Amino acid sequence: MPKTATATKKTSTAAQQLETLIGSEIMWATLVGEGTDTVFGYPGGAILPAYDALRKYPVHHVLVRHEQGAAHMADGYARASGKVGVAVATSGPGATNLVTGIATAMMDSTPIVCITGQVSSKLLGSDAFQEIDITGITLPITKHNFLVTRAEEIAPAIRSAFQIAQTGRPGPVLVDITKDALQGSAHFDFAAAQPAPHRPHPMLKAESAAMEEAIELIKHAKRPIILAGHGILLSGASQVVRQFAERHHIPVASTLLGLGAFPASHPLSLGMMGMHGESWVNNAIQKSDLLLAFGMRFDDRVTGTVTTYAPHAKKIHVDIDPYEINKIVKVDVALIGDLRQVLTTMLPLLPAKKDTSWLDEVNAMKGDASVRDIVNLPDSGHLYAAHVLNDLWRETKGDSIIVTDVGQHQMWEAQYYKHDSPRSLITSGGLGTMGFSMPAAIGAKFACPKKDVWVIAGDGGFQMTAAELSTAVQENLDLNIAIINNGFLGMVRQWQELFYQKNYACTPILSPDFVKLADAHGIPGLKVTKRADVIPAVRKARAHKGVFLLDFHVEREDGVYPMIAPGAALHDMVRRPKRDPLMEVPEDL
Amino acid sequence: MLHTFVALVDDKPGVLTRVASLFRRMNINIVSLTVGESEAPDVSRMTIVTEAPDSAAARMRAALYKLEITRDVDEVERNSAVIRELALVKVAAGPGTRSAIFELAEVFKARVVDLAPESIMMELTGSASKVEGLIQVLQESKYEILEISRTGRMAMRRGHHTSRVVKALSDNGRARQAEERRRRK
Repeated sequence: MPKTATATKKTSTAAQQLETLIGSEIMWATLVGEGTDTVFGYPGGAILPAYDALRKYPVHHVLVRHEQGAAHMADGYARASGKVGVAVATSGPGATNLVTGIATAMMDSTPIVCITGQVSSKLLGSDAFQEIDITGITLPITKHNFLVTRAEEIAPAIRSAFQIAQTGRPGPVLVDITKDALQGSAHFDFAAAQPAPHRPHPMLKAESAAMEEAIELIKHAKRPIILAGHGILLSGASQVVRQFAERHHIPVASTLLGLGAFPASHPLSLGMMGMHGESWVNNAIQKSDLLLAFGMRFDDRVTGTVTTYAPHAKKIHVDIDPYEINKIVKVDVALIGDLRQVLTTMLPLLPAKKDTSWLDEVNAMKGDASVRDIVNLPDSGHLYAAHVLNDLWRETKGDSIIVTDVGQHQMWEAQYYKHDSPRSLITSGGLGTMGFSMPAAIGAKFACPKKDVWVIAGDGGFQMTAAELSTAVQENLDLNIAIINNGFLGMVRQWQELFYQKNYACTPILSPDFVKLADAHGIPGLKVTKRADVIPAVRKARAHKGVFLLDFHVEREDGVYPMIAPGAALHDMVRRPKRDPLMEVPEDL
Repeated sequence: MLHTFVALVDDKPGVLTRVASLFRRMNINIVSLTVGESEAPDVSRMTIVTEAPDSAAARMRAALYKLEITRDVDEVERNSAVIRELALVKVAAGPGTRSAIFELAEVFKARVVDLAPESIMMELTGSASKVEGLIQVLQESKYEILEISRTGRMAMRRGHHTSRVVKALSDNGRARQAEERRRRK
């Protein structure tokens, strides 16, 4: 085995030196060259050579407790920072444990690179110990993947992976490296390993003719709405979207993943649309005569039944992925390209308008909703998740990074925590992966160490990846955890209540005493059951250096409203009953 | 509705799987898929025939382009391209029936490539309808078809048109429309 000159010092110039290295060293040197300083992983037999070489490189490795956690951490890291997140796992079960995390990143277009160990190339296809065809398994859930069998292929594959993950519509890339490749040696030249410039998608065409057509449509529209999606964050287009909306006084509705792309406190901001979106937003869309879809994909959570979606509206769709155009909804003008570039080009063509009549009309629709809004109703001694999240928002002044899990709490967070800045909400939208929040928050904290980061999880989702509590402690992280604990798999229970005659099959769930669980990890915690104790608890958590867990025991059978039932139209919302039985004062008080 | 795509892809292992997997994910039936070398080194040429509604055509092209291994995608129509396939057909034939089958082959311009005591193998190149025509005649004439092997359709545009040229033409069309609109105002 050749001795390398970098054996005794950790330096980033190792990435630039031309010399003969062994495969595992090439792997780290290439990662360092691509700007990686943190990876999330779990060692194993096939990837052991890589772990042996790690000490020579300025990369911090976070040891997880389950490889799914590693993938989610890389995902959370990427969403919080905009950089590529990196996860490392061994072959076989290590690789398969990444699958859910990779699929999560694929569905939400997050740039992550996952490196997996693989058995020796001579053993491929022989059902060797811990061998699995991970490149085959991840074909549909990665932008691309690589099987590397020789040391000289490692650098080009990793560099290519980084490029693919970040260009066009971002997404996950997997690099599977055989053990003999890691153990072999090759000449390493970082610059020479650079991939050919990424060929732009040939169907990318935001032509001036189409832009002019779009501007014409906007000029003649009386009730336009901007549909703000995740693409705004991925493209870094928040500022130009704001200028666009302000110039022509166009109200802005948001998808779940678009929250924060346009400031919630802005007078033009309407709020979230869709299945659990605010009623006035959905009603406005159904009344609209022009929808400007910016970096969103008309997901079924957002449209309700497509046949009756926005029946009076022409549609302009700006997206970088041609596959999304006309996929769900037929649009009138498609501008296929980078959102920021397209809008920057269009902005000078957009005339200024100061007519507020449409916005006033939409705001008038809010009146009915605020009467029913749980935040405005007396709580009668009950602790509602909506109050917890609203109080958290007030206390943090919306300045924290919120990482949610999946379920009712996720929807309440979207409704009651107002996001004013990009990348302040990290949540699994497309795949809806329970267990996402704890590891993703760890990743986000590594990306933004100075930010106050909150895990918000249900009692169900938290249990899925609770083991990562140890990771947070081992890494000495300052992290706040809020568990919205109702003893149920809440969202599923709500569906059973509304559509299955309250047949709560397998939805009551027993959890451990989370405060005791936290204590077992050396983490302080508090159980909160009263509204008055919420803000003091939040303050305590924020003030504490280290991990702090809050177990909020909330109302067991509470519902997320409004709700659009499957197959229903966007305006056909199930509203919170005016006389909510939970709101009544018990007689024996 | 049949759609025929010609895709130029990287000549690398696993490329076929990626393309096939793509159509499987979209739940679109592949009628035939043939792949081989192209005029460019490192580039394979695939001809994919799918059964899908017209609205799916643009999405299939977009999806194929999304694959990192795809260089170019062109959808071809019958009247703008030459579309051919090759078939090998083995028919049971003894001394009594042999000459009748030779005559059939003559009509379809199929070549007899194997002659065995109890069978004849024919090779036929042509449009899919010609191949299906021969098979149908054989079946209706009550000959016993022992084996059929078909390559699936292969396609190439007539003339010098490549997909890039076609794109430029259609772009011009759009620009012309916009110009008309401006003049009308």
